[in-house]
Amino acid sequence: MATLELSEISVRFGGLQALTDVSFRVEENDIVGLIGPNGAGKTTVFNVITGVYQTSAGQVSYDGAPLRGLRPHKILALGVARTFQNIRLFQNMTALENVMVAQHCRTRCGVLGAVLRLPGQKREEERIRERSLEALEFMDLGEYAGELASNLAYGLQRRLEIARALATEPKTILLDEPAAGLNPAESRELMHTIGRISSRGINILMVEHDMKVVMGICRHIVVLDHGVMIAEGEPEAIQRDPRVIEAYLGNELN
Amino acid sequence: MTIRASKLWLRYGLAMAWFFVLLWPLLGIKPEGLEFAVSFAIWIKVAVAAAILLALYQLNKAGAFGFLTRPAAAAGRVAVGAAARVPRWLVLSVVLAAAVSFPFFTERYAHDVAISVLVYIILGLGLNIVVGLAGLLDLGYIAFFGVGAYTYALLSVHFGVSFWLCLPISACFAAVAGCIIGYPTLRMRGDYLAIVTLGFGEIVRIVLNNWMSVTNGPNGILGIKSPGAYWWQGDTLEHIWLNNLEQLYFIILALAVFTVIAVYRLNHSRIGRAFEAVREDQTAAELMGVNTLGIKLLAYALGAVFGGLAGTFFAARMQFVSPESFTFIESAMVLSMVVLGGMGSIPGVILGAVVLIVLPELFRGFQLYRMFVFGGVMAMMMVFRPKGLWPAKRLGQRSEERG
Repeated sequence: MATLELSEISVRFGGLQALTDVSFRVEENDIVGLIGPNGAGKTTVFNVITGVYQTSAGQVSYDGAPLRGLRPHKILALGVARTFQNIRLFQNMTALENVMVAQHCRTRCGVLGAVLRLPGQKREEERIRERSLEALEFMDLGEYAGELASNLAYGLQRRLEIARALATEPKTILLDEPAAGLNPAESRELMHTIGRISSRGINILMVEHDMKVVMGICRHIVVLDHGVMIAEGEPEAIQRDPRVIEAYLGNELN
Repeated sequence: MTIRASKLWLRYGLAMAWFFVLLWPLLGIKPEGLEFAVSFAIWIKVAVAAAILLALYQLNKAGAFGFLTRPAAAAGRVAVGAAARVPRWLVLSVVLAAAVSFPFFTERYAHDVAISVLVYIILGLGLNIVVGLAGLLDLGYIAFFGVGAYTYALLSVHFGVSFWLCLPISACFAAVAGCIIGYPTLRMRGDYLAIVTLGFGEIVRIVLNNWMSVTNGPNGILGIKSPGAYWWQGDTLEHIWLNNLEQLYFIILALAVFTVIAVYRLNHSRIGRAFEAVREDQTAAELMGVNTLGIKLLAYALGAVFGGLAGTFFAARMQFVSPESFTFIESAMVLSMVVLGGMGSIPGVILGAVVLIVLPELFRGFQLYRMFVFGGVMAMMMVFRPKGLWPAKRLGQRSEERG
């Protein structure tokens, strides 16, 4: 029952109304696409869900419980992980370490355990490493485990971001423009990967500009324009919606 | 060659002119009048030495020493390859054996320097948690050293609490002080943080200096007990004071070894990784499930614990504490060790402490120019090895080994 629900979310920054009454749901086993022109407020939606911004009105709830006032790491612990539009890896750490950090909220060992190397801590470290390698393998990054994140090629860094989010063992994952800057072959690969993530029972909410990707895999699409939701529905319906075409798709499809 | 030879010599000329401009005011301006001969005599020596080095450098670039450097490089590769195959426990036990046997074939003066080095190693490793791992610039770190030292001093003088019992007590007090200093600074970054920590460091020193009724102000506290121990004297077990330098050396060595092990294990645990994630990108760390506020507070507290331990020993060794020992310059010194040695790197910080304490001692021959040379060496280091003497190694990193 890991349903993410946004009801009538509004966000204001001083005089700027970034979001107005945005409501939608990400259901179990769903792949939802969030689209809209630049500056429509898509990343703001992500920041609201993950607790970076507070809402001015409305509420986000997960599993029926409101997320209001929770710090981002608590929200992550509930099972909502995300990636970033402009890659935010831990640049001076290796790929493996990046992913291992993501296991932080799933492990408990404290200072004393670490200093004394208690058996519990050893077991836990073992498990962290195992799961992290598994997440790297899932994203086909196994051979780069020991490479510094900053030394990885752009496409690999994008994949590492997803691997890191997956290593937090999420039930819902928010992907912020995962296809940005990828070449067509990499985009196809990404669509396949998103399908595999979904088949692991993880719900997906993604912001994406690449219409091929969005229309290809999303089962449900939400369209934002200037912070207002202008349409919501199946990909086919969205493509035919005159308001969406006017606001956004018009330029791309014709 | 990237820079043409003529350009290189032009730069040499500029550098030497700049050096003279720096040197002459130091040596040539006297109450009796201006004088050029002394500074010129020194300047010409440096200039000639630099010219020879530069010429050698150019010849080397041109390949004139190929007959020497090629076999040397090959030998170096072999040596590095061999060194990589030597098991780590062997290296560590050799180092430890050298450290343990050190007092048996050296004299008093060397013991004194070695004790200083070990105290600074503990301080450096503690500060390394805050600065090197968590990336929080702390300019008032020596305050925790002071808290540890005064905790033991007061407990020893007024209540006769033993050194060994005071070690954990001081560590706790320092950790509390770390949290007190850390808490208001949690939401600050970079420059602001540096200024606030600098302020806190000064506050601690000024409180120690002015709280006459407790700390006896600038006069300090006298009569602090040395660490005690029970030891066989003939047939009976007797209580003795461990107050000669050799005994103190072993105590601080044990503390330093404990620190190295503790810091190493912390480094390679989920907590160490969380520290580094905070250093790399605090927002991303928070969004990846790290409680950044808690982790930063923990970094301050852990750093302070080691500062407190070192401070306790310092008070026991000197048998006297005064606020003078906890000035800003000491914080700067410890920070230099961390930066010079290599942020986040345990062997780096140890090396940094050794270099920064031992170099000034070696430069005693230069007398007045000691600090001048010292500053020059530090500047050169940062130009040529900005990542430190011994940069931190990453977990599972293979790119270096592949060459």
